[in-house]
Amino acid sequence: MANVLVFIDNPGDALKKSSLELLTVGRDLGETVVAVNGELRPAVLAAFAEYGVTSVLQPSAADLDDYLVAPKAAYLAAAATAAGASTVLLENSSEGKEIAARLGIRLNAGVITDVVAVDADGTAHKSVLAGSYTTAAKATTPVSVLTLKANSITPEPAPAATAPGTSTVEVPADGGSAAARITSREHKVASGRPDLADARIVVAGGRGVDGDFGPVEELADALGAAVGASRAATDAGWISHDAQVGQTGKTVSPQLYVSAGISGAIQQKAGMQTAKVIVAINKDAESPIFEIADFGIIGDLFDVLPQAAQEIKKRKG
Amino acid sequence: MEETLKIIVLVKHVPDAQFDRHLNGEGYTTDRDESILSELDEYALEAALQLAEARGGAKAGNQVIALSMGPAGAVNAVKKSLQMGATEGVHLTDSALAGSDAAATSLALAAAIRHIGGVDLVLTGMASTDGETSLVPAQLAERLGLPQVTFASSLTVDGGRLTARRDADTYSETVEAPLPAVVSVTDQINEPRYPNFKGIIAAKRKSITTLSLADIGVDAAQVGRSGSWTTVTTAAERPPRTAGTIITDEGDAGIKLVDFLAAQKLL
Ligand SMILES: Cc1cc2nc3c(=O)[nH]c(=O)nc-3n(C[C@H](O)[C@H](O)[C@H](O)COP(=O)(O)OP(=O)(O)OC[C@H]3O[C@@H](n4cnc5c(N)ncnc54)[C@H](O)[C@@H]3O)c2cc1C
Ligand SMILES: Nc1ncnc2c1ncn2[C@@H]1O[C@H](COP(=O)(O)O)[C@@H](O)[C@H]1O
Repeated sequence: MANVLVFIDNPGDALKKSSLELLTVGRDLGETVVAVNGELRPAVLAAFAEYGVTSVLQPSAADLDDYLVAPKAAYLAAAATAAGASTVLLENSSEGKEIAARLGIRLNAGVITDVVAVDADGTAHKSVLAGSYTTAAKATTPVSVLTLKANSITPEPAPAATAPGTSTVEVPADGGSAAARITSREHKVASGRPDLADARIVVAGGRGVDGDFGPVEELADALGAAVGASRAATDAGWISHDAQVGQTGKTVSPQLYVSAGISGAIQQKAGMQTAKVIVAINKDAESPIFEIADFGIIGDLFDVLPQAAQEIKKRKG
Repeated sequence: MEETLKIIVLVKHVPDAQFDRHLNGEGYTTDRDESILSELDEYALEAALQLAEARGGAKAGNQVIALSMGPAGAVNAVKKSLQMGATEGVHLTDSALAGSDAAATSLALAAAIRHIGGVDLVLTGMASTDGETSLVPAQLAERLGLPQVTFASSLTVDGGRLTARRDADTYSETVEAPLPAVVSVTDQINEPRYPNFKGIIAAKRKSITTLSLADIGVDAAQVGRSGSWTTVTTAAERPPRTAGTIITDEGDAGIKLVDFLAAQKLL
C-alpha cells in the first residue's frame, strides 16, 4: 500500500478537527505517517494511535516557527523521503498552502490546493473561479502534495488502533538560510464567537451598518453565528480586517449566510456564494445581492435585525 | 541618499471577474477573451513605485520592471503597468507555455527573472484572480533560493533588508529578510494609482522586451501542459444561484425572517 505523509503543525494539547480530517483522508489512501512540528504531548500521540497512524516523525530543530515556511518545507521534504510517501497532506491554511508550494518544488511534486475530497486513485476535487466550477485534478508526478479544506469530511477513527513509534528527521541545513525571520508577534484577543472560516452560520454587515455593528452582533449571538463584514466595513475601521469575507478576505461556505447592508459586489460574492442558504437585508431593491438571495428583505437593517434577534430569543425561550 | 533598487513586479493578465468566466480552453483553462491586468497585482506595482519614488525614482536609477507571462494579449497588462509608472516592461510569451500550472509558471518566471538579472526585489500580488492558488510566489522563491514574504500588509526596505507586517487571524507579526527576496502584497498595503494623461503619453516611449523560451534557456518540454505537474481531468459548471423570495418590510420582516429560518431548520 502507498504511504501517506500528514503534516500537523503544533498539535498542542489535542488535535483540531481539521487535523483529524487529514488523518482520515490519509488512511483511505494508504499507511499514514505523521510529521509534527512542535511539542508532541501524550494525548496527541494517543489520538494518532486511535486514527491508525503507523509512525510519527519529529524535526531535529526546535526553531522552525521562527521563520516563514522555508525550513518547514525543507523538513517535510526530508520527512516525505524518509517515509517513502507518495502523497503529502497538509491543511489548507495560507501557511499550509505556502509550505505545500515550496515542498512541491523540492519533491518535484504536483500541488493541488483547496481540496474537498480525494479519490482512491489520488484524483482531487475542488471548486474554482469563485465557486462557479467544480473540477477534478490529479498530479502527474510520482508524489503529490494536497492541501485539504477544513470541514470537508467527517473524521473517523481507524477500525483498529495502532502503536506508532516516533523518530527524528534531520532538518536540511539549507532550509533556514534563505528564510524570512519573524521578529515579533502580537496575539489578538479572541471574540468568543465561532471561527468565521468554518462557522455553521455567518451574519455579515457592510457599509449599511454605518459604523454600528451592534444589530449584526445581536443577531449573530441569537443564532450562535460568527460575524463577517464587507471590505467597505473593514476599511472604515468599524470591525477588524479578520472579519472580511470575499476575494481578499475569507471564503466561507456556511449553512446560512445573512448579509445585511451589503450591496453584493463581485469581490464580496466571491467569498460567500457557495453558502447553502443566503438571506439578504438591504434598503435598495436594485441591490445585486438580491440576485443570489434565497430570502431577501427590502428594508432597514436597524429595524429587521433587532426584531429577528428578539423573535429568536422569544422562540428559544 | 538611500540605495537604488531594481524591482521586478509580476503582473498577470486575467479574465475580468465582472463578466461570467468559463473553463472553455483546452485542458479546462480559462477563456481569456475579456482580460485585464489582475487587480490584485496593481497593489504590488503601487508598492514598487512607492519604494522607487522614495529613492528618487527613475532619474536616480531605480528600476521598476513589469513582467508578465502569457499569450499575445498579456502585453496589455505590461502596457497598463507602464502607464501607471513602471520604467520598463517584459513580456514572456511562447506557444509552448499554454496550460502551465503553478510549477511550470514558476519555472518559466524564475528563468526570466534570472535572465533579467541583478534584481533586489520581486513583488507579486497576493493571488491571481483566476488561478487563486497563491502558489506562484512561494514556488518562485524556492526555485530562486530566495526568502519569501507573503501577504505583506506593509513593506519597507532599508540597507539591503526588508521589513514587512503580516496579519493572521489570531496574531499580527513583523518579519525581516535580506534582499533579494520575493514578496507578495495584500490589498491592505496601499491604494493603487490610476494612470494619468502624462503617464499614458510617457508609456508610449517606454520599451517592452519580448522574451521567448529560447531567450531564457527553458526547454519547451519543461513548461506548458506537458511540463505541468498537475492536470485537470473534469470540470463542471455549477448551476448559477437564482433569486428566491423577496419581500418588502411592512413592520414584521424580522418575524418573517425567523419563520423562514425555522422552515429551513436553521434555528
Ligand atoms: C482588489 C479588490 C478586492 C476587494 N475585495 C473585497 C472583499 O474581499 N470583500 C468585500 O466585501 N469587498 C471587496 N472589495 C470591495 C467591493 O468591490 C465593494 O466595494 C464592497 O464589497 C462594498 O461593500 P458594501 O457592500 O458594504 O458597501 P456598498 O456597496 O456601499 O453597499 C452598502 C449597501 O448597504 C445598503 N444599506 C445602506 N443603509 C442600509 C440600511 N440602514 N439597511 C439596509 N441596507 C442598507 C445600501 O443599499 C447598499 O446596497 C474589493 C475591491 C477590490 C478593488
Ligand atoms: N503568468 C503570470 N505572469 C506574471 N505574473 C504571474 C503569473 N502567474 C502568477 N503571477 C504572479 O503570482 C501571483 C500569485 O499568483 P497565483 O499563485 O496564481 O495565485 C500573482 O498575483 C502574480 O503577481
